[in-house]
Amino acid sequence: MSAANAPVSRLQPVLGLLSLPLRLRKLGGGPMIAAIVLIIIVIAAALAPLYIPHDPLAINAIYRLKGPSEMFLLGTDAYGRDLFSRVVMGGRVSLFIGVGAAVVSVSLGLAIGLVSGFFRVADSIIMRIMDSLMAIPSILLAIALVALNGPSLWSVIAAITLPEIPRVVRLVRSVVLTVREEPYVEAAVALGSSMPKILWQHLMPNTLAPLTVQGTYICASAILTEAILSFLGAGVSTEIPTWGNIMAEGRLYFQIKPSLIFWPGLMLSLCILSINLLGDTARDLLDPRLRKREA
Amino acid sequence: MLFKTKTFEDAPVVLSIEDLTVRLSGNTTAKPVLDKISFQIRAGETVCLVGESGSGKSVTSLAAMGLLPKGALEVSGGRILLGETNLLDLNASQMRDKRAKSLSMVFQEPMTALNPVMRVGEQIEEVLDTHSRVSKREKKQRVLDIMEQVHLPDVERVYRSYPHQLSGGQRQRIMIAMALILEPQLLIADEPTTALDVTTQRQILALIAELQEKHGTAVLFITHDMGVVAEIADTVQVMNHGILVERAPVETLLRSPQEDYTKRLLRAVPSLVPRQERTDKPPKGGPALSVRDLDKAYGSSGWLVNRAPTQAAKDVNFDIPMGRTLGIVGESGSGKSTVARCIMRLIDPSDGSIKVAGAEIAKLTRSEMRPYRKHIQIVFQDPFRSLNPRWTVGQSLIEGPLNLGQDKTSAMKRARELMELVGLPEDAVDRYPHQFSGGQRQRIAIARAIAMEPDVLVADEAVSALDVSVQDQVLKLLDELQKKLGIAILFITHDLRVAAQICDEVVVMQKGRVVEHGKAASVLGAPKHSYTRALIEAAPGRSWDFANFKELPTVAA
Repeated sequence: MSAANAPVSRLQPVLGLLSLPLRLRKLGGGPMIAAIVLIIIVIAAALAPLYIPHDPLAINAIYRLKGPSEMFLLGTDAYGRDLFSRVVMGGRVSLFIGVGAAVVSVSLGLAIGLVSGFFRVADSIIMRIMDSLMAIPSILLAIALVALNGPSLWSVIAAITLPEIPRVVRLVRSVVLTVREEPYVEAAVALGSSMPKILWQHLMPNTLAPLTVQGTYICASAILTEAILSFLGAGVSTEIPTWGNIMAEGRLYFQIKPSLIFWPGLMLSLCILSINLLGDTARDLLDPRLRKREA
Repeated sequence: MLFKTKTFEDAPVVLSIEDLTVRLSGNTTAKPVLDKISFQIRAGETVCLVGESGSGKSVTSLAAMGLLPKGALEVSGGRILLGETNLLDLNASQMRDKRAKSLSMVFQEPMTALNPVMRVGEQIEEVLDTHSRVSKREKKQRVLDIMEQVHLPDVERVYRSYPHQLSGGQRQRIMIAMALILEPQLLIADEPTTALDVTTQRQILALIAELQEKHGTAVLFITHDMGVVAEIADTVQVMNHGILVERAPVETLLRSPQEDYTKRLLRAVPSLVPRQERTDKPPKGGPALSVRDLDKAYGSSGWLVNRAPTQAAKDVNFDIPMGRTLGIVGESGSGKSTVARCIMRLIDPSDGSIKVAGAEIAKLTRSEMRPYRKHIQIVFQDPFRSLNPRWTVGQSLIEGPLNLGQDKTSAMKRARELMELVGLPEDAVDRYPHQFSGGQRQRIAIARAIAMEPDVLVADEAVSALDVSVQDQVLKLLDELQKKLGIAILFITHDLRVAAQICDEVVVMQKGRVVEHGKAASVLGAPKHSYTRALIEAAPGRSWDFANFKELPTVAA
């Protein structure tokens, strides 16, 4: 009975938290830099309305395609709008779409995946729908959806979310299929727990770790997809600045003024790089089996 | 009981381990995992290393093979001499050269030790490829030859088979063939028969003995099963907590053990002699559980599919009165677990009737079944997987009562009482399963089942994963609970010794059918069916009374 007498246990979560900085240090500098970069971008975008020097939509014919100056930090675009203001405001929209798409697709995917993994009849129907969704190229599907619903913010989120859902469903379903065979789930059945209760209390917690990781990837790819859609002219309406449509408009003047593409492009790359790096870190922390073998 | 009595004093020493100490890597303050182990094995000798889980017997064998998990365990002192060479001085490639050629190993689980995507013949050839240069034809000839030696049928066909196409016993024969093809001086067998059925186990033990005789191999045999020890050992070494407790020739050790730990270990071995028949009358009223003509068929013809269904269970009938225990015994695939799961309604029976506390439950749907769940509860085999690792013990214990509509405070209060009842401290309810040992977790699982105040408790191999001493305690606990609460127990096991100790009645199953059913004393004492007799005869060490250090008075027929 040695384990029963061992000193335990309420202190353990506290001890876990205390050791967190130590564990983070072991991960090296990469994730740290990524986190800092991402935090700066998020704060800059979130607080943008408080500090931007110009209205990002204000057209000023006198200052067309100007270079950086004290008045216009990064210069102006073809309509004389302030590029700096547009880039930070555009970040707001891009990030919102990224996070929004991640949250929506993860929650919908979780719900559908749980049902699909546990009920065999539902599974055969749901998985065929998911298969057909996956058979359509996601960009084409997104363009079609935006074309149908009009170029609003929400229709873009929906268009990005829909092709992502099958991936989340498959992930959740595979976790559920493994865990439902565990004796503790069978014991719960024997104890008379209802199906929804078993799904939520026994199965769902097992999907959280892989979903967190998947969520970061979706977030990054959603930001990218939004940029692609805007670039193709199928994104949110051109009145709302996003990194994608700033670049789309800038491409006409690329030879005269490359900074129109450079700055939003740089922000986009930094942002996606950081999110993906943090996603990898989260995966390593949450699922030690996938971690690279220490030599 | 005929023990091996050969002496090996003249035989050359094959393996000599001197003061071997193994520690956790990078932790010099913790107690060593192996503490100055010393012993020798001579040519042709079988040394059995016995001990409970955590005693360090597997670590000893892995250290000898140079297979200690890197970064977790490391040798911090001592020598391992194979002939003249100290294995600990060898570098990785020299050690690789020694393996298979001079010493080799057979593992417990042949399915995981073999590569599932490679033909078994090629896997044996691989051993030859790494260690010798022979022509293709000669190579194949040697492989077929060793496969003949391990008595595989139809060697040409087996040579081309994949592991999944072979039975468990055949796979273990392949493993032995791989281990012995280069005629090593030492064979280390780590629980090689634990995953096999008794009848197969008997054949594998005989095979190892035969090959050992033929090649003069020294065998280090690791096991927790005293019956196996009695059958095959020349010398027995008992280990406990990384220390070699006792070493003696097999008969001396079993007849007059010197150390307290050895005595305790032997006393915990359940006897094959059935328990005394209970004289008190079972309480009046109908049976707690009544099963009639239960059938379970898998893969019956469905839409577009038309093939003969597999009968996992057919025409199963029995009753259990309140306060009594009925055991279902049989080898793997006999359908005993299928019956248990049908009764629990974890799977749907194809046909037949199941009555629990007077109510017919065989045809109920999942939601109709829920109110009846309280009458019948189950304890699973694997205590490490049967509790939700994310939940405190208390949460697990009150799950059932909450489903019945009890309020949380009173359910929690009851949970604390239950901890007491199964011999754990009350505050255990606030801890997580990983803070408990296997035996303790099994107690928790039992408490969880008892919390529902069931009429019937199904124990599906509930003590099979536990060490003998813990097994003994859990069996006593079940017996005690039965006396206190008057529950009926359906005990599923493959272990005849355990069945003999706890069951009033025994049902023997083979290939989904009941072949014998009767009082424990008559089924195990005077079996009528040939299959039952075969099972009992295959039980290792069956004529030895381990707990009392002597022969059984009358050998079972």
